[in-house]
Amino acid sequence: MTDSLHQLAGSAAGSQSARALPVLIIEPSRGWVSLKLKELWEYRELLYFLTWRDIKVRYKQTALGAAWAIIQPLFTMLVFSLFFGKLAKMPSEGIPYPLFSLAALVPWTFFANGLTQSANSLVGSSNLITKVYFPRLAIPISTVLSGVVDFFFAFLVLVAMMLYYRVMPAANTPWLAAFLLLALATSLGVGLWLSALNVEYRDVRYVVPFLVQFWLFATPIAYPSTLLPEPWRTLYGLNPMAGVVEGFRWALLGAKTRPGPMLAVSSFAALVILVTGAYYFRRMEKTFADVV
Amino acid sequence: MSDIAIRVEGLGKRYRIGARRERYRSLRDTIADAARWPIRATQSLFSRNGGNGNEENTFWALKDVSFEVQRGEVVGVIGRNGAGKSTLLKILSRITEPTTGRAEIHGRVGSLLEVGTGFHPELTGRENIYLNGAILGMKKREIDCKFDEIVAFAEVEKFIDTMVKYYSSGMYLRLAFAVAAHLEPEILLVDEVLAVGDAAFQKKCLGKMRDVSREGRTVLFVSHNMAAVQALCPKAILLYQGAVKFGGSSVEAVTMNLSSDRQGTYLQRNARPDGTPTITLLELTRVECTDETKVQFRMQNQGSGAARCSIEVKISDLIGAPIGFASVGLLDPLSALDLRAGCEEFLCGVKLPRMARGIYRLTVQVAKPMVQVLDSASEGICFDLDPRLPSGYQRVLESQWGYGALELPLDIDRAPVESPGKEPTALSLREL
Repeated sequence: MTDSLHQLAGSAAGSQSARALPVLIIEPSRGWVSLKLKELWEYRELLYFLTWRDIKVRYKQTALGAAWAIIQPLFTMLVFSLFFGKLAKMPSEGIPYPLFSLAALVPWTFFANGLTQSANSLVGSSNLITKVYFPRLAIPISTVLSGVVDFFFAFLVLVAMMLYYRVMPAANTPWLAAFLLLALATSLGVGLWLSALNVEYRDVRYVVPFLVQFWLFATPIAYPSTLLPEPWRTLYGLNPMAGVVEGFRWALLGAKTRPGPMLAVSSFAALVILVTGAYYFRRMEKTFADVV
Repeated sequence: MSDIAIRVEGLGKRYRIGARRERYRSLRDTIADAARWPIRATQSLFSRNGGNGNEENTFWALKDVSFEVQRGEVVGVIGRNGAGKSTLLKILSRITEPTTGRAEIHGRVGSLLEVGTGFHPELTGRENIYLNGAILGMKKREIDCKFDEIVAFAEVEKFIDTMVKYYSSGMYLRLAFAVAAHLEPEILLVDEVLAVGDAAFQKKCLGKMRDVSREGRTVLFVSHNMAAVQALCPKAILLYQGAVKFGGSSVEAVTMNLSSDRQGTYLQRNARPDGTPTITLLELTRVECTDETKVQFRMQNQGSGAARCSIEVKISDLIGAPIGFASVGLLDPLSALDLRAGCEEFLCGVKLPRMARGIYRLTVQVAKPMVQVLDSASEGICFDLDPRLPSGYQRVLESQWGYGALELPLDIDRAPVESPGKEPTALSLREL
């Protein structure tokens, strides 16, 4: 039998040689590496399937299912309205306080969940990383993207609240997409940093909840950013989520203060986080399979 | 145009020893390291190897490995545990980076280091086929085309819309292998995936592997299953301690691999405290290859004694395929032995028929015939058989040829030559 295999393999080899085949070179990489976004694009179907898996699996075997996507921002809104709105009489730019806080909590929840889940995504996918090759960037990206569905559900609640309070959507509503993108970029940028760090330093697991909590209060969710005087307010935009939250209020509820300069700073900050995160991730990528 | 599918030059992979111990570096360590950084930086400035870590603390899982695989070849990669087989495959499938050297791969690569990578228990069989296919590098269109084929191959038609966590382990593995088996890259890297499922399914898998090789695809196949390597791969690479020890015909590679881990001709063990008969010593004393081949060994038995025992000898080849059996007391109960209490020594001899030149393995056991094996000494006593060239022979049968271990006598009776003119043609035509 060995002999016959020999012949068969030999004859078939001749027939295939005519085609030009892609050549792959495997070498140790040195220094900073390129992001290989083109390769990531070639793997877009995998990205799609991973996102789809995360969405499908997220609420499997939970009693409340997708309701969890709503419960989190809704209950936080109730607590905020009670303590900050009713008791502390926090100013809310003429918008009913529950609506004021929910419009911020919806993108915030998207951001915070995306960050938390992507930070753990690489470690959680160690079985994939050690067994098969694909651009590792696909893992945190798909994790953050899958949160968009949750965002959509929560957004419906926000719309219902607007109907209840009879607040007409402002003319700037199309800008919402841009603000969602900004939240996504920030979430992904931080997620890339944390997930790559998490592979080597499991401390990240304990840092994340703390970071999210800290960031929540560093973002104008319970309070308006107008509490700050002007030069500081623009600088506040260094926290990209401040820009996102103020942007949401402006685009959807027609809050009076235009977040222009603050948004420019936020976009810049988000871009820096995203790009540095992606490069750091790519640089650490080669050791993932050995360390995770 | 070259016909090379894989070219590997001086490939090496270094791991840090103790990486397991400090597997998860804590942030504190890094901060502490960073504090000490100026000192270390100065040190490394003056010592050449400072930057690369201490040589003593590193370990080369793969060192200076070079080989070429022609397009359409099916090559086995064998070696003991820790020889670097999996590391090689991981580098070639780009899961981990080499430390030195380079590899060139011509064509689309599919790697199968595990079946069912990325299977999610909460998803249905259908969903997992798509997910797993995408992870292995298939396009959705491709999966659509092969979906029915995959399901049929895995024999899970009825359960395709059931979550895989409710699958039996056999069904799970079958489905996983089915997806993998329908990958169609030019180059396939496979690691030990055949060891799944029941015997019938394994046969099917081997058949599929054979088809793959017939289609002219290049396959690198890592396995511990020497019989499978010999059957599937004409060629093999033998890795030993991270380096290529041999590259060439798979039969030779397998023999070399197996003969490197045989344990010699002597075996000594402690008697068991509960007093059951134990083979405490087994020593190969003589292998006679005169006109009559004979293997002799010395055996010591120790225990509290037992009545009517049999002593059984099994001889197998290096792959583990049984070749022959000899016993006193199993087939002929009347000659069963009464083992005395304490230590007792036996001298045994087995007469062998004419056998191929090669290395064979001896297993001896003491048993209550047809009831219970009391002790079995199977830790690889090996003997070389180098039969004398019988008169009238030009060469001896080699076990490396893969024709089996026994040389059988062949009798040929020639039909008497018929005288011409007796119309033999008509007869043979009718026979046809």
